[in-house]
Amino acid sequence: MTALLTLDGVSRRFGGLKAVDDVSFDVNESEIVGLIGPNGSGKTTLINLITGVHPATAGYVRFDGHDITRQRPYRIARLGLARTFQIVQPFPRMTVVENVAAGALFCGHASDVREARAIAREHLEFTGLADMAHRPAATLTLAGRKRLELAKSLAMRPRLLMLDEVNAGLNSTEIEEALAIIRKIAEQGVTIIVIEHLMKVVLSISHRLVVLHHGQLIAQGTPREVVADKRVIEAYLGAKYAAGNPGVSN
Amino acid sequence: MRNWLALAVIAALLAALPLVGNNYALRLAATVCMYSVMAQSWNFIGGLAGYPSFATAAFFGLGAYASAILQNHGVPMVPAWACAGLAALLFAAFLGGAILHLRGHYFAIASLIVAEMLREIVNTLPDFTGGGKGMNLPLLNLSVTGQAQFFFYSMLALAVLTVASAIVLHRSKLGFGLRCIQQNESAADIIGINTYAYKTAGFSLSAVFVGVSGAIYASWVNYIDPPDVFDVLISVKPMVMVLLGGLGTIFGPSIGAVILLLLEEAVWRNFLTIHVAALGVIIVVLVLFLPNGLLALIRERFPAKAMAK
Amino acid sequence: MIYLQIAANGLVLGGLYACIAVGFSLVWGVLNVINILHGSFIVLGSYVAYFAYVHLGIHPFISIVIAGGVLYALGYLVQVGIINRVVSAPVLITLTLTFGLDLILNNTMLVAFTADYRGITLAHPLGSLEIGPVFLPGDRVAAMALAILLTILLYRLLRDSSIGRAIIAVRMDREAAELMGVDVKRINAITFAIGAFMAGAAGALLSIIFPISPLNGPVFLGKAFVVCVLGGLGSVPGALAGGLLLGVIESFTSYWLGPERAVTVSFALLLVLLFVRPSGLMGRRGYE
Repeated sequence: MTALLTLDGVSRRFGGLKAVDDVSFDVNESEIVGLIGPNGSGKTTLINLITGVHPATAGYVRFDGHDITRQRPYRIARLGLARTFQIVQPFPRMTVVENVAAGALFCGHASDVREARAIAREHLEFTGLADMAHRPAATLTLAGRKRLELAKSLAMRPRLLMLDEVNAGLNSTEIEEALAIIRKIAEQGVTIIVIEHLMKVVLSISHRLVVLHHGQLIAQGTPREVVADKRVIEAYLGAKYAAGNPGVSN
Repeated sequence: MRNWLALAVIAALLAALPLVGNNYALRLAATVCMYSVMAQSWNFIGGLAGYPSFATAAFFGLGAYASAILQNHGVPMVPAWACAGLAALLFAAFLGGAILHLRGHYFAIASLIVAEMLREIVNTLPDFTGGGKGMNLPLLNLSVTGQAQFFFYSMLALAVLTVASAIVLHRSKLGFGLRCIQQNESAADIIGINTYAYKTAGFSLSAVFVGVSGAIYASWVNYIDPPDVFDVLISVKPMVMVLLGGLGTIFGPSIGAVILLLLEEAVWRNFLTIHVAALGVIIVVLVLFLPNGLLALIRERFPAKAMAK
Repeated sequence: MIYLQIAANGLVLGGLYACIAVGFSLVWGVLNVINILHGSFIVLGSYVAYFAYVHLGIHPFISIVIAGGVLYALGYLVQVGIINRVVSAPVLITLTLTFGLDLILNNTMLVAFTADYRGITLAHPLGSLEIGPVFLPGDRVAAMALAILLTILLYRLLRDSSIGRAIIAVRMDREAAELMGVDVKRINAITFAIGAFMAGAAGALLSIIFPISPLNGPVFLGKAFVVCVLGGLGSVPGALAGGLLLGVIESFTSYWLGPERAVTVSFALLLVLLFVRPSGLMGRRGYE
């Protein structure tokens, strides 16, 4: 079975710095893949490459049979790829329902603004934002805005959804709620890539993990495999821990 | 729909103006309609999409000259007007490709420069455009009153058409997309909006009616020259009108046009030498004390009287 | 050999252009405000120099300080009283505001001084300089030298004084500067005032070369724009390089296509630059 998303030797330079260095991996349909790595390892840059915000300087990206390596972001979005931003990017002066309607309208699932609003209301129910429907997006709490971002992406009816640090800034109750929603989304058949630097969160939800460090892919596998991987421990905690730890596979 | 009703009523009332007004009133009203067209048009790119365009004078002058040149080569007046609009539209689409990737200040400057350059180009092509000496346009075979009425109705029709377009645009997918672009262009990209196409569409729309208004103006005054039709104030006054009435609203630009022009008439009648400075004072007061325009102020004070947006 | 003369003419002009533009560039880079008043500030500086010369016999080069001082005060007041209220507003608002203010200043000057072109004819001109095959009017060369000197002084001010470093800090990152205790409001006012000073000084220098009239305001403003985009925002070396470059380009264009085309060409160049590389030849990725 061909993978839904394939990255092959993808790299991105900024001047002399290789933010993403020769990364290759697949994501299969209906998987939840956790993309992890310490801060600055290139996770968000990789997402930006996939969604077309920056062009890759080497390698290629294939999604659902299409080569999307040098496509514009809006085209990639319409193919079925959605993402949330680490720093939320709402349309601040529009209402919550209008924000979500935008997702439905421009990815082709609604033929006009009215229909988009109707679809939007469904997604608001799903993410628990229904009673905020007519408030301007900027007045929501951070947790609310994160959920709005999620609802907006869902309204795009993506095949693959990339969640970039969706839990940053949330307290533990809010994180639990967010995870519950993510599980519900996965149940509907959406493939998900979760970017996190909090191990605990991503371990509980991912089928598979992909680990980046200094822009390079250093490990991938099941959570159990990856957590015990020496290179991963070294990346997060330093060589000291990796070396002196019995029961660690090499 | 409330908006259509309001438009129909206002249009009907204005259409009756020749019955009660003299030629002076008709001329003033025609000017108000003309500026209403320009303000409404600017709102498409400046208010909805948030790109502060100074190109209005470029489109106006281009329309005036296109129509003048065509008419001097035998094209009848009204088709020449339509071609002028088309010329402005095509020019904007082409120009958009060159400057719409710029943001904020750079876009503003680029659009300002374009108008200046067009003026210079017209100046330096005397065989084609009459250069600095300007161009004459064919006179209409109508009495003074007849002309006043004809041009009033022409401008009124154009103004109604422009407001109608504004109403349609605000409800449409294009209008929605432009508002998204204005509030967060990166998010708009990711959500599936072809921002380049949308901005170009908005920019082109902001040109077409202005081009026609320039053409009608040229026929109205029978003589045009570069400093007249490419005057930077033609770019600035519509912006001020929209700010006055309410950025991004449907009727705001027209309301702003009425108010600013009436204010100007009052000042011009009495204080000719400081006329320009008076406009400057209005601008400063507006920006400092009425940043969201009059419609927003009224809505704050009288929330029950929610005016047709 | 005529090309050397043309180039030399261009450089002389260019030094003045640099002085015209550097204040404008600083204000744009630090306050993120395009000061449409700049052109009129220059003209006002020219008038100060003119009246100082005609009524008091003060040489325009000395008037650099007088004109600069007058404009500094005016600029400070305008910024503190009016522009400061909208400094973080969107482009549309700040641009419209300075445009409106310029309408007021320009109209006031028109009423006060009329549109008649005035000129300063120096009683004791410096004659002609001969450098190799090139002839240059002594006064113009002196003006250019002073212009460049002023620009360099500004550069040193920015680098070496604590005010200057505060200004650069605000240009780089307003919020960070505020967090570090910089009084951003005061820095904004001082920067704007410095920009006005440079405009007044440039006006005094220009008064012996260009005719003086409020109608010239937009011309100077246009040059300042082009220099900024050529050289990059908020960068003094950039303004210098851009100014010199523009001067030379205009000089050659004047020679090949006639003086009327020089303006069109420099605008066309500006558009091409904006299309290709908005941050300028030397500048950092400028503010929008």
